[in-house]
Amino acid sequence: MSAVALSRRRWSPWLIVAGLGALVGWSYHGTRVDMGALLSVEGLRQIGVYVARLFPPDLSAGALRDAAIAAVETFAISLVGSVLAACIAFPLALGATRTILYHGVLYEGQRLGRAPKALRLGVYAASKTVLAVLRTVPEIVWALIFVFVVGLGPFPGVLALGVHTGGVLGKLFGEVLEDVDPRPLEALQSTGASRLRIVLYGILPQAIPQFVSYALYRWEVNIRAAAILGLVGAGGLGQRVYVAISLFLEHQLLTLILAIYVMVTLVDALSAWLRARVL
Amino acid sequence: MARPADRFPASTAKSAFPYLLAVAFALTFALSLRAAQVDPRLLFDAQALGNVARFVRGALPPKLDPEFLGMLARPAAETIQISVMGMVIAVLLGAPLGLLATSSLTWRGILHERVTRRARLMLGAAPYGAARALLSVFRSIPEYVWALMFVRAVGLGPFPGVLAIGVAYGGMLGKVYSEILEAVNPRPLETLHAAGAGKAGVVLYGLLPEALPHVVSYTLYRWECAIRASAILGFVGAGGLGQQIELSMRMFQFDEVLTLLAVLLLLVGTVDFISGRIRARVVR
Repeated sequence: MSAVALSRRRWSPWLIVAGLGALVGWSYHGTRVDMGALLSVEGLRQIGVYVARLFPPDLSAGALRDAAIAAVETFAISLVGSVLAACIAFPLALGATRTILYHGVLYEGQRLGRAPKALRLGVYAASKTVLAVLRTVPEIVWALIFVFVVGLGPFPGVLALGVHTGGVLGKLFGEVLEDVDPRPLEALQSTGASRLRIVLYGILPQAIPQFVSYALYRWEVNIRAAAILGLVGAGGLGQRVYVAISLFLEHQLLTLILAIYVMVTLVDALSAWLRARVL
Repeated sequence: MARPADRFPASTAKSAFPYLLAVAFALTFALSLRAAQVDPRLLFDAQALGNVARFVRGALPPKLDPEFLGMLARPAAETIQISVMGMVIAVLLGAPLGLLATSSLTWRGILHERVTRRARLMLGAAPYGAARALLSVFRSIPEYVWALMFVRAVGLGPFPGVLAIGVAYGGMLGKVYSEILEAVNPRPLETLHAAGAGKAGVVLYGLLPEALPHVVSYTLYRWECAIRASAILGFVGAGGLGQQIELSMRMFQFDEVLTLLAVLLLLVGTVDFISGRIRARVVR
């Protein structure tokens, strides 16, 4: 990658600045952004009026219970979705790692024959492609598809998060596997360890803390995503937010926003604490 | 941080933490399975398999007639434009708030050695706390909630999408900018300070040059995320490809969905490429 980048000519800074400037101008024009109207006295007054209407949050027992149920559902979607993602990512990542399949320290001693090598190249290409497709389709589109397949409810949300995040984690896991320190592997090899043993005792122990750390990081992303998926009928807080906005239930909306805020903050803190313990 | 005992499993001092964690995790996971109504059988019953077949048959081949493709040019362009303008607003919001949320700029560290504790807390810590709180609110409310609210405030179209990305990403940028600034190696700053440089001098010639490449690189990375977000915001009426994807999906026009996803893939790929090239140029 770096060799390719170096061999090509680097973009001149002036070209970059001019290009970005043109992009911004074109975008300003195209989005009909009207900052003047937004920041005018009238615009600011309207925003003030809208924000004031949100207060106070609806703290009646019914609204709180509803928000709590939705929050638990969102939490559950994000957690199960992330675990499912790790389960999808792990085998695909092994298949998307050249240093495990056909290349590098593991294969220094004995060369692969032509047929096995072609087969392994095929596995590599297939894993890479599947991962790319999984992560390129946004969660919410996966959610629409799974709602179509299994019906409304939180379960399609879990599947959507699992599949999309599986693609993201698979790529990250693969990069971790290719980047492990080769010296312990060489040491194992010199003791006569088989390939399987080198993978089990040399590569994975180095990679797993990183895997856990990435999975926790994606969990933080997924708690936010889980709150979105409700928009297309995949359960959780998103569905309630959508209803509250559509029916002008502003006080309930604020309760739900507070619930999202609290949950996102809690998950961030929990994940940061766990990552500090793992690494 | 883990104590040394936790780091070497061979050590005789065993910690109960991993076991407690495993039990807590298993329990939470089991409860979550129920709360999320996970039922794998649903995926493999006749109806679901029929739906999958229907989807695949409907999606292939993707719809490629010129009329449909021509109709996509506008929303595709809009998706990019929303992401770009959203990032402009995010930087305009995130940069000043990020500076205020940097403790080494507002109230701690070598810039403030000669200021009394009281003045530091009054003049620095209060805006610092306020900026951090604001950034946290901005980034913790998801883009689409912002978008729904802005659609209410300024009407349908790309503008609410721009504002939503601007506010949500402004919160993320501000936080990361402050983290970058706080992580700057303090020794060059101390040297400048010792050489008699004023506060502005330390910030301009010590802090910013060290931080700027990382700031630019992170902003570009966020742009890559913004293009994805901008496609999603269409689902709540904020313009772009998302609106069309939802429409085609609801009308069961799966061949259109496949084409739209391909266009999205192309856009995301292009932005990733441009951003990657510039980032490689900025951070060596």
